[in-house]
Amino acid sequence: MAGLSKIILQRLLLGIATLFAVSIIIFIAVNALPGDFAQSILGQGATPEAVAAIRDQLGLNASPVTRYLKWLGGALQGDLGVPMSQALFQSFAGASTGGDVITVFDQIVPRLKNTLFLAGVSAAIAVPLAVTLGILTALYRNTAFDKAMNVTTLSAISSPEFFLAYVLILFLAVLNPVFPSLSNIFPGMEFSDRLNKTMLPALTLTLAVTAQMMRMTRAAIINLLASPYIEMARLKGLSPMRVIVKHALPNALAPIITVIALNLAYLVTGVVVVEVVFVYPGIGQLFVDSVKIRDIPVVQACCLIFAAVYILLNLTADILSIVSNPRLRHPK
Amino acid sequence: MSDLLLKIRDLKIEGRSDETWNPIINGIDVDLKKGEVLGMIGESGAGKSTVGLASMGYTRDGVRISNGSVVFDGVDLVTASAAVKRDLLGKRIAYVAQSAAASFNPAHKLIDQHSEGPVQHGVSSRTDSEQDGMELYRRLRLPNPDEIGFRYPHQVSGGQLQRAMTAMAMACRPDLIIFDEPTTALDVTTQIEVLASIRDIVEQFDTAAIYITHDLAVVAQMADKIKVLLKGDEVEEADTRTMLSSPKEEYTKSLWAVRSFERPAKPAINVKATPVVSIHNVTAAYGTVDVLHDVSFDIHAGRTVAVVGESGSGKSTTARCITGLLPPRIGHIEFDGQQLPLDYKKRDKSQLRQAQMIYQMADTALNPRKSIGETIGRPVEFYMGLTGKEKRKRVDELLAEIELEPTEYFHRLPSELSGGQKQRIGIARALAAEPKFIICDEVTSALDQLVAEGILRLLAKLQDELGLSYMFITHDLATVRSIADEVVVMKDGSVVEQGPKLDMFQPPHHPYTDLLLSSVPEMDPDWLTNLLQERGVDNIGDAAVDKM
Repeated sequence: MAGLSKIILQRLLLGIATLFAVSIIIFIAVNALPGDFAQSILGQGATPEAVAAIRDQLGLNASPVTRYLKWLGGALQGDLGVPMSQALFQSFAGASTGGDVITVFDQIVPRLKNTLFLAGVSAAIAVPLAVTLGILTALYRNTAFDKAMNVTTLSAISSPEFFLAYVLILFLAVLNPVFPSLSNIFPGMEFSDRLNKTMLPALTLTLAVTAQMMRMTRAAIINLLASPYIEMARLKGLSPMRVIVKHALPNALAPIITVIALNLAYLVTGVVVVEVVFVYPGIGQLFVDSVKIRDIPVVQACCLIFAAVYILLNLTADILSIVSNPRLRHPK
Repeated sequence: MSDLLLKIRDLKIEGRSDETWNPIINGIDVDLKKGEVLGMIGESGAGKSTVGLASMGYTRDGVRISNGSVVFDGVDLVTASAAVKRDLLGKRIAYVAQSAAASFNPAHKLIDQHSEGPVQHGVSSRTDSEQDGMELYRRLRLPNPDEIGFRYPHQVSGGQLQRAMTAMAMACRPDLIIFDEPTTALDVTTQIEVLASIRDIVEQFDTAAIYITHDLAVVAQMADKIKVLLKGDEVEEADTRTMLSSPKEEYTKSLWAVRSFERPAKPAINVKATPVVSIHNVTAAYGTVDVLHDVSFDIHAGRTVAVVGESGSGKSTTARCITGLLPPRIGHIEFDGQQLPLDYKKRDKSQLRQAQMIYQMADTALNPRKSIGETIGRPVEFYMGLTGKEKRKRVDELLAEIELEPTEYFHRLPSELSGGQKQRIGIARALAAEPKFIICDEVTSALDQLVAEGILRLLAKLQDELGLSYMFITHDLATVRSIADEVVVMKDGSVVEQGPKLDMFQPPHHPYTDLLLSSVPEMDPDWLTNLLQERGVDNIGDAAVDKM
């Protein structure tokens, strides 16, 4: 097992290094956005002096390296800074209000929680569904069922998400009022209520991510069906279902886990459109709003969280793939 | 009539390629009584495995039974439903595959895979079949029979896996077992143990078996009767002794005759001459583990030194040291009396040119995208500096040298050649550098006997014409007998014995050499029985190796 913990430690360090590299890219990219906060707050008629004064106040005139190091130093201590909108308000109102400053952290956390909840519900539906369908399509490969499933899931993944969302609203909210079409969730809600309101966006996301996971499960299993140990399992007179679930699936886990991780990451970072359609107060909306007004600390923090989610999920997938290999779990 | 267990009549099988169905098996009959062992032999492509699987009512993807019947105990498996077949497979008919390492599921423990059949077929409970598994492991003489089942396949050696697979086939006490080349991938000392175990257990339970192999000497030990197949047709069938002593058909006789190829002995080495290659006290390591220990031997001009030993004995590692792919930790290599740089990167072109290699798997050693002309032309250009017409002329010469018609083969791709032809291209590629010395790494072990003999004859001819020296790595002592001048026996990274071939095949010699020699199956059907009687079951194979 020493070998395994060493591999895991290596991956972990590699993940941290990647996150660090990504932070530089985020900083450069965000700073390369055209326009700036001062300009967008003051509007078209702003005098150059006023813009310069605000830029000065927000520390936008310091050199990029200084600003990056300041941001990184803060982020390492859990301080993602203060949204510019807040910082500006604060400096106009005077230092006396300093006690209840709303930080980027405060702004992001509730939104992130909502997004994670939505992602969790979607994943709880999509992953078992996709893997089951993958197994069934592998079992009944090249039958009408297989083809129908492939066509359905591929159509779902090929349609824009807002379209899927409106179709679901039409059928599940308007024609048959099963779920509410607005997902206005708020803190302190009952869990069942919250789940009810999250259902439509979750189903939309399920439609968007199932195809890839299902097809990978199917392909990974079918890929193994020609191997000698599958032939052996068949020649032992086992049922086709048992051959696939017991003999093919455990050896097909690594690629399936990888694709699941990628799709889970998408559920956290790629949900802007769905959040907008259902007015779901998640991090995607916050992100888009902040980009609009060039609120750089918030944008950077969101990017950093997205990157961290990607890296963390891929890391988990890597480790699970390694663990799924009995050669590594049980060395000679 | 009722004691007929398996009756196959006019079995025809087709395989699909390019959307058309082509015949693979052209009407084969098999009669097998209870407890009888049928040996099925033939070269690759003869359809042995296909018939073996078809006798279980099973065909691989892209293959179908087009005609005939396979009647097992009154049930025609060709027309039976999938459910009926599933009920018979594993329970009454079992299968032992060629590569146990690939045929055990890497994700499950041996004993779980063993008890799966009995439990799923409702033959016995999980605990009972696990107990029975351990008992079978004991009977098959596996080490630690109570513990070995709780390991994963990758934690168990090849020979042990093969026996565990035989145990698994026995789990439901079937009436018929299909053995599909079960010992082909094993070393001789391991093979003999597995053979003894299989024969023993088949006799104990009075199980009928079809034993598929390309090795005549093996089938002679195992079978009551032998059927010879050639390209999907039956050549002849007879009981084992009749078949061995008086085969009727020409093809069968030619199979029997292969082992007679033997080069005449050459005069003794002139001890004063400088050897072409001289290996001096080489110790080499992978990482920090020494895998070669103080290996020394010489290879003289125009001679063949066979390096024999089992897998893991260091034969190929020695070759890697000579070619500089693995620089030795201690010791050095001399070529014509000149010390070579240890690392191939530090050798100049003329030094590199002098030592060429021919590989075991001609399939993977040739670039599938390059035509034969390009493959051979590359070293002609690289080492000899020939281009254009001169290069083409030289490639044509080389093709003629390996007995392939230049105009016909120059533009072909490796995929358009047979296994033996590919190996010939490997030889031509080595010759293109005009070396003095060629390392042949198990060059015939992936080939059928007749084809292998052709390759050996070609190598012998080239040696006589060009004065080449060969280092011939092999585990097959029949090959050693036919081509070697000197023999080096290796075990666990050390040379245990070396000398002229004639001495090596004459007693007395080192106990390990003795064991290797005595483990090679002979055509005599009583060979295994006699050997077991002479030595005792605990003094053959790996058990004997372990005692050394």
